[in-house]
Amino acid sequence: MLDVLLGSLGNLISAESAAYALAAIGLGIHFGYAGLLNFGQAGFMAIGAYGFAIFTRFVDPTTQFGWPSWLSLIAAILFAVVCSVIFALILGIPTLRLRGDYLAIVTIASAEIVRFVARTQDLTEVTGGSQGIRGTDYKGDINASNPFADGGWLHWVASGPLESLSSNNGWYTFLSWVLVIVAVVLVWGLMRSPWGRVIKGIREDEDAVRSLGKNVYSYKMQALVLGGVMGAIAGILFIFPRAVQPDSFATTLTFNVWTALLLGGAATVLGPVLGGVLFWFLLSFVRGLIAELHGLGIFGTMSASQAGQLAFVAVGVALVVLVVFRPQGIMGNKKELSFHV
Amino acid sequence: MEKTLRPARWWLAIPALLAALAVALGLGAPPADATAPPSDSGSAYQFQGIVRSDPQTPIAGVVINASGPDGFAGTATTAADGRWSIPTPGPGDYTVSIDETTVPDGLEVNPAHISRDFTLGTTSSQSVLFGIGAPGSFAPAPSAGSGDGGGDDGGSESNESTSSSSSFSWSRLGQRLFTGLNFGLLLALAAIGITLIFGTTGVNNFAHGEMVTFGGFAFFLLTTTLGLPVWVAIIGVLIASGAFGWLHDAAIFKPLRRRRVGLVQVLIVTIGLSIALRYFYQFLFGGGSSTLAVDNSARISFGTFNVNVSNIVSMVVSVVILGAVAYFLTRTRIGKATRAVSDNAGLAAASGINVDRVIRIVWVIAGMLTGLSGVLYAYFIGASVRWDMGFLILLLLFASVTLGGLGSAFGALVGALIIGIVTEVSTLWLPSDLRFAVALVILILVLLVRPQGVLGRKERIG
Repeated sequence: MLDVLLGSLGNLISAESAAYALAAIGLGIHFGYAGLLNFGQAGFMAIGAYGFAIFTRFVDPTTQFGWPSWLSLIAAILFAVVCSVIFALILGIPTLRLRGDYLAIVTIASAEIVRFVARTQDLTEVTGGSQGIRGTDYKGDINASNPFADGGWLHWVASGPLESLSSNNGWYTFLSWVLVIVAVVLVWGLMRSPWGRVIKGIREDEDAVRSLGKNVYSYKMQALVLGGVMGAIAGILFIFPRAVQPDSFATTLTFNVWTALLLGGAATVLGPVLGGVLFWFLLSFVRGLIAELHGLGIFGTMSASQAGQLAFVAVGVALVVLVVFRPQGIMGNKKELSFHV
Repeated sequence: MEKTLRPARWWLAIPALLAALAVALGLGAPPADATAPPSDSGSAYQFQGIVRSDPQTPIAGVVINASGPDGFAGTATTAADGRWSIPTPGPGDYTVSIDETTVPDGLEVNPAHISRDFTLGTTSSQSVLFGIGAPGSFAPAPSAGSGDGGGDDGGSESNESTSSSSSFSWSRLGQRLFTGLNFGLLLALAAIGITLIFGTTGVNNFAHGEMVTFGGFAFFLLTTTLGLPVWVAIIGVLIASGAFGWLHDAAIFKPLRRRRVGLVQVLIVTIGLSIALRYFYQFLFGGGSSTLAVDNSARISFGTFNVNVSNIVSMVVSVVILGAVAYFLTRTRIGKATRAVSDNAGLAAASGINVDRVIRIVWVIAGMLTGLSGVLYAYFIGASVRWDMGFLILLLLFASVTLGGLGSAFGALVGALIIGIVTEVSTLWLPSDLRFAVALVILILVLLVRPQGVLGRKERIG
């Protein structure tokens, strides 16, 4: 029981929860601040992940042009960001003039299109088909640019309790959380700015903002692009500790990010971070608990993987309860309710 | 002085009509022996697969290794049927490799498959395929072995559709059109369910796929577990699905209406409901697909192509039910009331229509239509059911509804037929694993030029 709790606590600051937190921050800009119903965050993440991995795998500036690995890393991230901007424009142009639920359906459909295309057999040479891309194919640059590793300029930091920073996983985790903090500061600043006030105004009353002479369509598009870029970077962080697999970017991922966002509070700066962290903690805790209970024979002859599905049943029920009884999330303010859409 | 409507008897006609049709189906297809092996995997986290050479011959004695976190190393040797599995301690990153020296002489392993990284996360059982064939057969593009190696997160839908091929012939087109029509008609049943609910309550029900799955599993339980004849099972499915729809309204959506919960919140509630139900199905029935103990082997030959009798019966049933729904909506009193509520709930209430009652009836009808669609879909994918079968077509249902125009029942029919035929016919030119993507691309293109859909009205898009 205690070891389940401790094991789950270990997940609190993992690179995965940072990726979830960053994806949730992006979704928070879409939904919490601009009121856009984006159900395709997994699509943005997939674009980011595949853009990064394919760029590193095929362009590979480190070996082709002799670039330093940190420069190739940044180039690959920029490539993924550009891809996600294009994706956001393609999504936004037909739908941002329409009612909210159209955007919901189109975004969820586009995310699935991305996944279907990524896993089709005919593109196996580029995307790896349904098997995805191996970690070794794209982790060269990121691993080589670890400043905490042996011989890195920050190696002296990685001693004592921080020793794990010199490992690849420690470096991924560090980098992920740095990016999350950058995103938090960016959102905090933006939402205090005139731009943020217009965005929030669009959420509250689109027509009122329009009557003030603002180009609502353009503002919505900017919000969609900004949140989408964060989703794409989250997708890159998501694949550092694992391999690229098309089915990990299924609709389930979008729904998990939504749950994380609503758990923390949609229209808050720190809510998505808290939600992402808590979501991973609770999920692994419930899973561990169910595994323990299964060990005691409570589920009879049922297999452990079958019993483990109850953790996701809990996610679904939690989402329902949350949205009905505390729609503003843990950190949210009831007055700034984000369900006006 | 509330004007009471006539007691609802009209809908009793639907099961009666179906029963008659199902008898025909049942006579043609008596239930086979109930010996469907549940294809569930045993261990919690594992890698598994079947090693075969190209013409599907299982290979015994091949050694497969897996290594993972905390120094985990596992090994397995394929059995006589080529099967192997390596249980692992838990989620994490693993490398799975095949020992080439144990592969029989004269065969070569696809170089891309010799050693690969996998992540066990939400997917607890990962199937790993190794492409094995004659030497040199993997030079340009690895073709074998990427069939459904993905997780069971919602990707690997099994369908009777054959693999794609670039050769075009009129007979293939005819076959695809026929299959597409069949698929479109069964989609239409469920899509009308969505659109009726959307029209009367404004709710986009993302848990609708789980209603489809519910129909499939109810049919599985009645025919395969209990061994009832098909026509009894179909009546049972209709009653159960109707009750399921009623339960949706009574337990969730009516209380939400009472609380005046916003539509976006309700939309997210349906997403939560969908997640909970879907994984509950997997909890109950496992992550694999289960074969129905029904006989669907009867075939009829039409000139150059063969069709399953069950597909023809499925189409006839769909057409009859769609006709009944059309009659209900346009001719019966309660159907007209439904359209009135759909048009303007406030006005309908003011003119004496009991809106809550109409909504309740709509949920029951939607449940029955969708449950039936689940049964037909189970036949369509080769008489099997799977925990996420409904979720896999949910987006196609939404595409149908949006294509036809949100809230328009006849639009949903048109949209579903377009989607069904497009998905199937596209496999003549495009890889079959992209056929759902094609349908979704068409949805987006239609929204670009005619956002209100084919039969929708302009003011709905707001």
